[in-house]
Amino acid sequence: MHGTVKLFPETESRGPTRAPLDRIMNHAFPFAAIAGQDEMKRALMLASIEPAIGGVLVFGDRGTGKSTAIRALADVLPERETVAHCAYGCVPQSPAGLCGNCEDHKPLKTVKSKVPVVDLPLGATEDRIVGALDLERALAHGEKRFEPGLLARAHGGFLYIDEVNLLEDHLVDILLDVTASGENVVEREGLSVRHPARFVLVGSGNPEEGELRPQLLDRFGLCVEVTTPTDIATRIEVVRRRDAFERDRQAFIESYAKDTDALRKKIVAARKRLPQTDVSPAILEKAAELCLSLGTDGLRGELTLMRTARALAALDGKKTVTEAHLKTVAPSVLRHRLRKNPLEDVGSTVRVERAIAAVLP
Amino acid sequence: MTGQGAARWQNALDALALFAIDPHRLGGLHMRVQPGPARDALAEVLPRLFPSTKLVKLPASVPETRLGGGLDLAATLAAGKPIFDQGLLASADGGIVIASMAERLERRIAARLESALDTGHVKIERDHLSQDNDARFGLILFDESEPGEVAPPVSLCDRLAFSITLDGLSWRDCVGDETEQHQIENARTLLPSVTLQSQHAEMLVQLADCLGIASLRAPLLAASLCRVLAARDGRIETSDDDVSVAAQMVLAPRATRLPAPPQEEQQAPPPPEQDQTEPPSSPEQKNDGALDDVILDAVAAAIPADLLAKLKAGQGGRALGRGAEAGRKAPATRGRPLPSGRGDPRRERLDLLETLRAAIPWQGLRQNHGLGALAIRKDDLRVKRFRPHTRTTTIFVVDASGSSALHRLAEAKGAVELVLAECYVRRDEAALIAFRGTKADIILPPTRSLTRARARLKGLPGGGGTPLALGLDAACTMAEAVKRKGDRPYLILLTDAQANVARDGTGGRARAESEAFAAADQLRARGFASLLIDTSPRPQPKASQLAARMGADYLALPQADARTLAAAITPAR
Repeated sequence: MHGTVKLFPETESRGPTRAPLDRIMNHAFPFAAIAGQDEMKRALMLASIEPAIGGVLVFGDRGTGKSTAIRALADVLPERETVAHCAYGCVPQSPAGLCGNCEDHKPLKTVKSKVPVVDLPLGATEDRIVGALDLERALAHGEKRFEPGLLARAHGGFLYIDEVNLLEDHLVDILLDVTASGENVVEREGLSVRHPARFVLVGSGNPEEGELRPQLLDRFGLCVEVTTPTDIATRIEVVRRRDAFERDRQAFIESYAKDTDALRKKIVAARKRLPQTDVSPAILEKAAELCLSLGTDGLRGELTLMRTARALAALDGKKTVTEAHLKTVAPSVLRHRLRKNPLEDVGSTVRVERAIAAVLP
Repeated sequence: MTGQGAARWQNALDALALFAIDPHRLGGLHMRVQPGPARDALAEVLPRLFPSTKLVKLPASVPETRLGGGLDLAATLAAGKPIFDQGLLASADGGIVIASMAERLERRIAARLESALDTGHVKIERDHLSQDNDARFGLILFDESEPGEVAPPVSLCDRLAFSITLDGLSWRDCVGDETEQHQIENARTLLPSVTLQSQHAEMLVQLADCLGIASLRAPLLAASLCRVLAARDGRIETSDDDVSVAAQMVLAPRATRLPAPPQEEQQAPPPPEQDQTEPPSSPEQKNDGALDDVILDAVAAAIPADLLAKLKAGQGGRALGRGAEAGRKAPATRGRPLPSGRGDPRRERLDLLETLRAAIPWQGLRQNHGLGALAIRKDDLRVKRFRPHTRTTTIFVVDASGSSALHRLAEAKGAVELVLAECYVRRDEAALIAFRGTKADIILPPTRSLTRARARLKGLPGGGGTPLALGLDAACTMAEAVKRKGDRPYLILLTDAQANVARDGTGGRARAESEAFAAADQLRARGFASLLIDTSPRPQPKASQLAARMGADYLALPQADARTLAAAITPAR
């Protein structure tokens, strides 16, 4: 095959067909305006304070604002530093490291940029997810050039999959691989590319549409169950705010600008506080006891429990983790880690709550 | 009946005219209408109601690339640069999408429609194309399913304001005045300045609560409809009448219970603690209670009659609603990879490398093409091929009649749960059909979801006669559907074969039996793998005869419990 091989394209060449990210985000329903759904909102904030918690899975009924909350998250997140002109959006402080090009070009020039919340829409194909040969170049110029995919775009941010249980199996395999290694390795169409890809996986779905593969379930640090608010006052507030938003989006978003700012500052402060937040041995013991009594597999449950409780303490402005923190986060951390007993009639949430009541009276 | 039919037709016209004012915010209409005069009349009305609006038809079996967009390969090759097809949804921006045979919409397609309705955008991430297009459209679903058949996905219908049934109308009913186009135009102009009064939002939420509607989309859609109603009448504020009409149109068809009786109701709608949390003026709130009653009565009257019957029978609305997979067998896009071959990349995945490889030897000859460095022809296209792994769908056909003693039913339930647990591991599916009295019901459509299965199994009733033929017919229908989907059906019939109810619901052992044997012949003719488990306390020759006619394996389990059943079934599969 003739043509030149360019594996590290400049940012401009990401393709003329790309939509500006801001256009959608600017018109998203404000995160601060979401009435109720505290567990979901808290889980998303905690995951943005401490990405090591792992992803967030949101399971729930129709019309509960799952997608709304996740799409709204982008506006609350504080800006971060990225390497200027890196096609893979390298983040200097990322534990996933840098791409080969950035490694070679140190010292790096960095710019401030928004944290990406990337949608993985239904019907997405593998080539757009992992990245592929730039078709235009290949067809028109016979040139082999790599065009980064969604995984590169989500690096250092969030990757959101709506209807996660409808995701095709071969795409699930890709996600499992990348979330485990923090690196996207592309060996296709005669290209050989690797670049860091570390992101917080956020999935939403309805359990009635089918179960999630256990391996994928395991990738999510937190699992949140959302239900439609039953309390009339909250329901009325949801309808009112939604109606106001529909009528004049810009004005509605502006009316919540202060609350959005406050949330953002809270996240920044919590991130700063996080390294100094202590977990006492007594709390660790309680966490272990809780996991033991529920029979969760492996150590991941305890580790996530500790990390999440610490992030919550940091969010609350506390220096030490208390039992109350543990109690608050335990349902989201543990409900999807219980060993599945298909004949068990009691829901996972109830089982976790019973265990909490026993261990943390 | 004719008068009523004409009124229903008029209601449908009204709904369409309201929908035309603000299609995207109202989501759309779910129209249950069989092919017939009403369907034909609608086809004529639509272009008149939407003269300047794009009407985009969505076939039930639309391929993914046509729907959400993708690479138009033929055009790309002709032009020598990528040409993209933006897809049906994006092209419908500002218009109406019409889906006929909506009950056959694939789940994936329905999910795409849902996401577009929610966000007003379609995102494409496929075939090297990354795009985000506006797609603000309204959706009309023509649901042509027979009663009891699979309905369109509930989650999709939940996003549409109107649900209308137009079955059984004659052509005489289908005449009526239509809203003039200029009225619709005027209403559209006025709409942005209409405000929804705060107490009206409250009333809608409370009404939805009284009717047992869990989803918050219902009151939201009703709120949008209130504003549309006000705009239509040339007002800039919503009125109590708007609330009443909107509740009748949007909320009543979704009711899952009858409004609470009066004494409960008076304490329910304005609870005392609400006044503390809600800032809006309280003098008006006192009025609401009285208003609520009037509106509630009107809404209760608008609840469809058959819904009430179903509610009384203890099942909320129609049993199914996951949407059927389209009958067409799509080329496999997953499974064990096979060598690439020629094919149409719009339907299968393009193997770019193999395509280039196929084109390269010809480059010398194609020099004069003069387009780019590479000239690729249609013949060069190679697509990825896969050998699909077929799944097995185990269909349990359970005799829930009085003669199969009730504890047998409990064992059958247990066995289904155990097999389901195994399906979960193997990613297979299970379904459950029960027959008793004078009918056979699909208790559980093919599913892998433990949550659904458990809930459905719990509510399975027993008792009554044994309409064996009906049970076998239902099994046959489902097995065929499974086969069309490309999966392998496996039938497990649990019965004592004591048929005593014929297809038409009449008693009589002789006829019931001959019909059952005829139905068994049908099953064997189609070659479905099956197993008959004899549940009678003492094994009967009749059951083994039936098994022979079905071409089924026969298993007598006089003392079966759930675990032995499951153990017997597993090796048979």
